[in-house]
Amino acid sequence: MQLSDVEEAMLRGAVSPGAAMAMKVLVAFSDAVGAGSLLPIAGAHVDGCLYHGEASLDFAEALLRGAARVAVPTTLNVGSIDLIHPELMRLSGDRQLRARRLMAAHEELGCIPSFTCAPYQTLFRPSFGDQIAWGESNAIVFANSVIGARTERYGDFLDLCCAITGRAPAQGLHLDGNRRGRVLFRLKGFPDATRAADSLFVAVGMIVGHRCRELVPVIEGLPHPRDEDQLKALGAAAATFGAVGLFHAVGITPEAPSRAAALHGGTPAATLDITPDDIRDALGRLSMVPEGSPISALCLGTPHFSQTEWHRLAQLLRQSRPKPGLPIYVNTARATLEAIRAEGLLDELAAFGVTPVVDTCTYVTAIVRELDGAIMTNSGKWAHYAPGNIGCRVAFGELEDCIASASAGLIVRGSG
Amino acid sequence: MKREGRAYAAGSASGLALVLSEPLSLFGGIAVETGEIIDNAHPDRGKTVSGRILVAAGGRGSSSSSAVLAEAIRLGTAPVGIVLAHVDPILVVGCLVAQTLYRRYVPLIVCPIEGIGEGDLLAIRCDPCGSAELEL
Repeated sequence: MQLSDVEEAMLRGAVSPGAAMAMKVLVAFSDAVGAGSLLPIAGAHVDGCLYHGEASLDFAEALLRGAARVAVPTTLNVGSIDLIHPELMRLSGDRQLRARRLMAAHEELGCIPSFTCAPYQTLFRPSFGDQIAWGESNAIVFANSVIGARTERYGDFLDLCCAITGRAPAQGLHLDGNRRGRVLFRLKGFPDATRAADSLFVAVGMIVGHRCRELVPVIEGLPHPRDEDQLKALGAAAATFGAVGLFHAVGITPEAPSRAAALHGGTPAATLDITPDDIRDALGRLSMVPEGSPISALCLGTPHFSQTEWHRLAQLLRQSRPKPGLPIYVNTARATLEAIRAEGLLDELAAFGVTPVVDTCTYVTAIVRELDGAIMTNSGKWAHYAPGNIGCRVAFGELEDCIASASAGLIVRGSG
Repeated sequence: MKREGRAYAAGSASGLALVLSEPLSLFGGIAVETGEIIDNAHPDRGKTVSGRILVAAGGRGSSSSSAVLAEAIRLGTAPVGIVLAHVDPILVVGCLVAQTLYRRYVPLIVCPIEGIGEGDLLAIRCDPCGSAELEL
């Protein structure tokens, strides 16, 4: 591996023992993936705040003892605790203490306490062409696909090592050639005026993730999305059901003004059609309980709700009041919560049973109490992970269907 | 018989081979407290990696496997050494973090794995400079 003089000095401890430790891990990883050199990054997003065991905490503490600090603006992904609403937490005392310490240690390393899985909805959104090192699968796919920034799929320890060294291995999706579309998906058999329903984007994400694993997909024939949130939902599903780090949507995403551009002028390794039947099958797999079953709560905001999504939710709730006592949990970022509080929206929504959750997500930690009945969600990612993680039965539906169901107290579809 | 390979994590170890018939994601694949393979879909489910030399074609799955491996090494439930036909960067990071934090060295060698049978006695020596040797 070729290191610059500055990088070599950092490895030898010229910056701090902690930075040397981070550089050592980064160099070993780079070597293992066959990167010939490192490249400077403009920012990082670190997914190290979920408490999985002592090793993660020991790593952060060792970096702190070694006086390490992040070298580039670095946002933090969700942790295991809602620090703003701790009364929501049902974690044991000791585990809660360690989870809190892990979040605090990352702040002491100089990370920004954003605690959100949607850093692209914050002030620290990267720009087209920026080299960045991001963790969190939905954030990675959004940054690469919707913004056109460049990151590989980083995880445990590595995203933090990149933030501290200000470097990433010159490999994978950081490099032009690897961003070429490899598998072509064509939406076929849909009526010309197909509505850009949220569920269509979720289902396409599921199918693409499932069928092309880590190869870069090109999607042709998608209706123009209503907003960025629909592309967020597509990417989150693709990264949940596969290992997609980048997708191109022809005529929609910035590196795909045309099919040829998305394929870099090459021919796809495979061409696959997506039909209305495929969409129905995919969505059917997200629900464990039939229509008409009673529900006990809604869980929204996976990935974290944007301000636009809060506005849509408020409008729907004004039209259709949920059943009293049926909670609506909504995950969002601290900053977004403050923005809607300033608009006066929060008080109004509280009267509808809306419980905002920040800094974490209802499928990764113990918050939801209503685990007896089915829980309805508008998120493909939540529907996939929650049954295994928190032990509940789940039903998927459009946001409109979720609100109509909350109002009826049972699963209703087709209101959208 | 000796085989040359490349060292991705330094250390030396000897033990009985646990040859995986398919790659395994440690995250969701092993119980970190016991080292038992718990992935329902894995053909080697029920076997225990602790104290063995793990032999596999490569790695698979979530990047959270780095933390699982580092935590298993801390708890003493990890394999004592790893032999891979193709390098898995996720496992390299796990070994390296455990070295740094706990001074526990689980060597990782990349070399051909043909002819290694379940339960064979293996010895690995991985130098910090990158040269490595497997004895079987």
